[in-house]
Amino acid sequence: MTTLKPIDVAIIGGGWTGLAMAKELVTRTSVNVLAIERGMPRTTADYAMDMDELDYAIRLRMMQNLAEETITHRHSLRDSAVPVRQYGSFHPGTGVGGSGEHWTGLCFRFLPDVFTLRTHMTEKHGAAHLPADLAVRDWGVTYEELEPQYWYTEQMMGVSGKAGNLRGKLIDGGNIFESPRSNEYPTPPLKYSYTSHLFEEASRKLGYHPYPTPAANLSENFTNPDGISRPGCAYCGHCSRFGCMIGAKAQPTNTLLPLLRKHKSFQLRTGSWVRRIVHENGRATGVQFTDANGEEFFQPAETVILASFTLNNVRLLYLSKIGTPYNPAEQKGSLGRNLTHQIQNAWRIFFDKPLNAFMGAGALGTRFSDFDGGNGLSGEDGPLRFGMVNCGSGGELPIASFGALPPGAAKANWGAEWKAASLKWSDRVSAVGIVAEHLPYRQNYMDLDPTYTDKFGDPLLRFTLDWTEHENKQRDFAYDLAAKIAPVMGAKIDTARPQRSRYNTTQYQSTHIQGGAPMGASPENSVVNPYLQHWDVPNLWVVGASSFPQSGSGNPTLTSLAVTYRAANAMIEKYLKHPGKLV
Amino acid sequence: MKRREFLTIPAGALGGTLLYTLAREPIRLQAQDGNIKVPLRFFTAGEARAIAAACERIFPSDASGPGAKEAGVVIYIDRQLAGPYGADKYRYTKGPFVESVPEHGYQGKENPRDVYRQGIAKLGINFDELPAEQQIQKLQSLEKTHFFQLLRTHTIEGMFSDPMHGGNVGLIGWQLVGFPGPRMSYRADIDQHFGTAFRPKPAGLEQIMKRPGKPWEDEKV
Repeated sequence: MTTLKPIDVAIIGGGWTGLAMAKELVTRTSVNVLAIERGMPRTTADYAMDMDELDYAIRLRMMQNLAEETITHRHSLRDSAVPVRQYGSFHPGTGVGGSGEHWTGLCFRFLPDVFTLRTHMTEKHGAAHLPADLAVRDWGVTYEELEPQYWYTEQMMGVSGKAGNLRGKLIDGGNIFESPRSNEYPTPPLKYSYTSHLFEEASRKLGYHPYPTPAANLSENFTNPDGISRPGCAYCGHCSRFGCMIGAKAQPTNTLLPLLRKHKSFQLRTGSWVRRIVHENGRATGVQFTDANGEEFFQPAETVILASFTLNNVRLLYLSKIGTPYNPAEQKGSLGRNLTHQIQNAWRIFFDKPLNAFMGAGALGTRFSDFDGGNGLSGEDGPLRFGMVNCGSGGELPIASFGALPPGAAKANWGAEWKAASLKWSDRVSAVGIVAEHLPYRQNYMDLDPTYTDKFGDPLLRFTLDWTEHENKQRDFAYDLAAKIAPVMGAKIDTARPQRSRYNTTQYQSTHIQGGAPMGASPENSVVNPYLQHWDVPNLWVVGASSFPQSGSGNPTLTSLAVTYRAANAMIEKYLKHPGKLV
Repeated sequence: MKRREFLTIPAGALGGTLLYTLAREPIRLQAQDGNIKVPLRFFTAGEARAIAAACERIFPSDASGPGAKEAGVVIYIDRQLAGPYGADKYRYTKGPFVESVPEHGYQGKENPRDVYRQGIAKLGINFDELPAEQQIQKLQSLEKTHFFQLLRTHTIEGMFSDPMHGGNVGLIGWQLVGFPGPRMSYRADIDQHFGTAFRPKPAGLEQIMKRPGKPWEDEKV
């Protein structure tokens, strides 16, 4: 193993949170920063040839290669886990920019009560009425404290949207149920597609409050406060699972990286797979990694920032033996607990008109939040928490969308009858979807698998995860809403009610795995403090969505960056001046 | 050295005028060309005929429009199996291999190449010579198998993926469903044409970018 020259700050992961930390550090301090990314380099120019559904959306070339590393899954403590051999219910990215390159661009703030959910739910429903296995908790940080970082993130990306709650003033046409905002969105909403119009009209008719989905796909040319200019979206319909070839979708490589490249105090090392955080006597001394040639290195560092995807953040802490593994039987320990996976479901709706649905932008669409969080829910027999109802126009591509048929249109899923029906219904299918909060439960957690290993022989991360009665109630509630909206939009919905289901690793849901290294006010049941500093190893910071004690209803990227920027502020304003425990 | 295998196709059977060779050179087909010989990278000629016939039953050429035969789906599948996907370079393939619940998906050890070779054995190498009814019955008997599910998925992929991958010859699949291909911008159209079909003339990546594309499958072979 070769020992490299010491560095001030080593960052593990070159995605949104890693590069966000790097950018704050190199622009505001004099420290030298090295970001270590296990994937390959990427720039906007690499995406010029990427409008290829097969390579990008089906073979998933921007995602981690499961042949090298995957996770294992079991439904309960009684089962033995098997590997997730192919994608998959989620799609973690790899390469510079990480999942922030292939993301869709949906940009939500979490509701204020998500940050104090234990307190809120106990007050609203009474402790006795909550599920016994519920593990919701307060984050140790409030929405009000995070609002400036949300705004900072939105400006960096140039998020497009329309405010519905500006400093407490409710504005029609925006989301009147949203967390209060200090400012209007940096750019106006994207143009509406046909189905966006239909969904907006229908939900308004039904008395709901539709609004344009906030999007990191720019609605117009925009220059952010860092001086980075990007063009408005072209609605080409290649966002989710693709990189944006014109840079209209905010990605780490078109917002943070161009700025970082100008600083000599920043280095990016790609193809280098961090395998351990090395530590002794409660201090991280650096990181050990293997490069693309298989050569091993030790990089000494004063401070280590763990900023990879949720899965790898948690796994590296386990492999490095940092923190106390969670024990679900005894309810002790903190590492690996509060695993959540945002609830996403959609039901196809069928029109008798063409939709031209190949046009679109990742986050283009309309939605309503009348039942977000605990809005309008008594919790008496339905769900305690819910989320948003939406109809999106992300761009339908021909392989994935072929063969979407209303029930009874064909007896088989191949052959002449199926082909004719599929052609008849092509471009006449949309979907009403929901995203909802996935509450944490004591039995859902991550640890290391006892059997299966990665390409180096290190144990894989193991998920123990299944749906509970609450998620089934959320799905029932969602289906009823979708079934109510579809006919008002002029469409027919699949009439089959959702079945009681178990967690399925083969059906894509969302890439929003959260928790495992949760933040909290006390080291008893959290891994990091509310500044994302590790409780046991104060020169180690674990940033991103692994720190969420529970999922919000909205997609987590904006919140992931907001808590990371708050960590950067604490590190720069307090920690670097007086290194030590901040709490 | 292994003898190179070719699939012989009457030029008129392919739907379009463009077909890509192994070197990704487009061949322009003329009606008088008669038969053309497509070099195969994975299948033997007999295997390719059997698979082509099965694809044609899954996505037939009939009154509702052209199908797998015209789109050259078997050529697409041949290229996929020859490349890293066929050898499972992106799937987790360490053991132990344990059968599990349906929620865990395919847990087998066999890669797509193995699955096809075993599947072709079940179809019979003379599958293409069977009468249509028997072909359909045979496929119905295999419907639940992993092989059939792969074959069905790959047939759809071969119909609708960019022609640089070997199928969708002459953009025939995209013409069938009215997909215009990868166009750079719909800025002027996204909020227009409500309720009426907007069908720009399809173009493939190579035509859009004005340079030959390179499929990912080719990169690490």
